[in-house]
Amino acid sequence: MNSIHDMGGMHGLGAVRAEPNEPPFHEKWEGRAGGIVEVMTFPENFPGDRFRYLRETLRPDLYLTQSYYEQWLYVAEQILLEAGMISAEELRDGRAGPSAAKRNDAMRADAVWGFLHDRAHTGRKLAEGPRFAIGQRVRARNMQPDGHTRLPRYARGKTGIVTRHHGGHVLPDAHAHWQGPAPQHLYTVRFTARELWGEAANPRDRVNLDLWESYLEPA
Amino acid sequence: MSQHDHAHEDSAAIAHHHDIHSELPSDPALRVKALESLLTEKGLVDPATVDAWVETYESRIGPRNGAKVVAKAWVDPDYKRRLLSDATKAIGELDMLGNQGQHMVALVNTPEIHNLVVCTLCSCYPLPVLGLPPVWYKSAPYRSRAVLDPRGVLKEFGLELPEHVKIRVWDSTAEVRYLVVPERPAGTERLSEEQLAALVTRDSMIGVAKVKA
Repeated sequence: MNSIHDMGGMHGLGAVRAEPNEPPFHEKWEGRAGGIVEVMTFPENFPGDRFRYLRETLRPDLYLTQSYYEQWLYVAEQILLEAGMISAEELRDGRAGPSAAKRNDAMRADAVWGFLHDRAHTGRKLAEGPRFAIGQRVRARNMQPDGHTRLPRYARGKTGIVTRHHGGHVLPDAHAHWQGPAPQHLYTVRFTARELWGEAANPRDRVNLDLWESYLEPA
Repeated sequence: MSQHDHAHEDSAAIAHHHDIHSELPSDPALRVKALESLLTEKGLVDPATVDAWVETYESRIGPRNGAKVVAKAWVDPDYKRRLLSDATKAIGELDMLGNQGQHMVALVNTPEIHNLVVCTLCSCYPLPVLGLPPVWYKSAPYRSRAVLDPRGVLKEFGLELPEHVKIRVWDSTAEVRYLVVPERPAGTERLSEEQLAALVTRDSMIGVAKVKA
C-alpha cells in the first residue's frame, strides 16, 4: 500500500539523532509492549508478514507521531481483535468479559530462548528454476498494490542488475493477507544511485534491494 | 477473488477496528498495562514470559554477538572466507542464529567500498547479532534519507567519506539480514580476538561509523 511507511527518498523528516549509549528500552513499558507482542498467544497459523502489514495500516499521522513500541501495541491489539481473541469491550475495559474462557496454553518463560533461537525461516524449495540470471538487467514493475508489498515506491519502474539469487522465499504480498506462502524466487537487485535519484546523485553509489520474481521484468 | 480484491476487503475490515484504538489511554504505559492484565486474565500471556523476553534482549542478545563475528573475521582468514560465502552458516558456527537472522549476508567495508544498511519500509534488523535496533535506525529521518542521501546521513554521524569511496546501501526489503564487517583499524596488530571484539561498535556493523583503535 502506498502509505507513509514507504518513506525511502522522502524529504522533510528531519536530521538523524543518535543517542550515545542507548539502552534497549527507555522506559519499562517499552519492554512490556515488546515482550507482549512477541510472546503472546497468536491466532493459529498467523503469517508473520501480516504483522508488518498491520503496522502499515496505522493512520499516517499516528505512524509519524507514535513511538515504535506504541505502534507495536496497535499491531498486537489489531491481531487479537480481528481473530476474535479479544473484543473491543474487553480492550476498552482492560478486563475479560463475563463469559470469556481462560486459556492455559500461553508460552512459558523457559520457552523464550528456544522460541527466539529456533524460529522458522522463510526459505522454500521451488520446483521451477529462477527466471532471472545473475548479471541480468531487470526492471522493477510499476505497480501500486493497495495491500502489502515489499517493493518500495522509489524503485518502481527503475532498472538494475541481479547480483544474487536467494532461492525461493515466502511472498509477503500474498502471505500478509492470509493467502498462503505462495513462494517465489528472491533476488538482490543493484540499482545505481543515478538511476533512482537522477543526475545529482554520486555516480559511484549504489542501492541494493531484495526483490521477489513477480516484482521484476526483463529490461 | 483476486489478490487485489482480497487486500481491499482486508483493509476495509481493519479500518472497522480503528475507532477502538483511539478510545484507549493515550499514555502508552497505561495502555500496555491494561493490555497485559487483560491478556493475562484470558491466559493469552504469562507475565513471567514477558520478563524473560525483556531479560533476553537486555543481557543475552546484543551487539557483543556481532562484534565477536567481526573480530573472528579479522583474525581468521578462513572464517572470513566462510562468512562471505555463507554468512548464515558461518554465524551459525558461533550459535548466533535465530529470529530475524535466519538468512544472513555479510558485507565487508574497505578503503574503497562503504556498506550501509537500512530498512526503509519498517525496521528490519539482524537481531541475533545486533540485538534490538536503536531508535534512530527505526526513525523516519534515517529510513527516508539513507537511500537518497547516504553521504549526508553519514555526516550526521560524524563520518565524512571521500568522494571516491563507493557507497553501497542495502535496503532490507526481504528476510535477508545484513551485517557490515567494518575495516580493522590500524595499530591493532597485537590485540587478541577478544580485545578486538571490544573495539567493534554496533554503529560500525550497521555502517554508520568506523571502528577506532
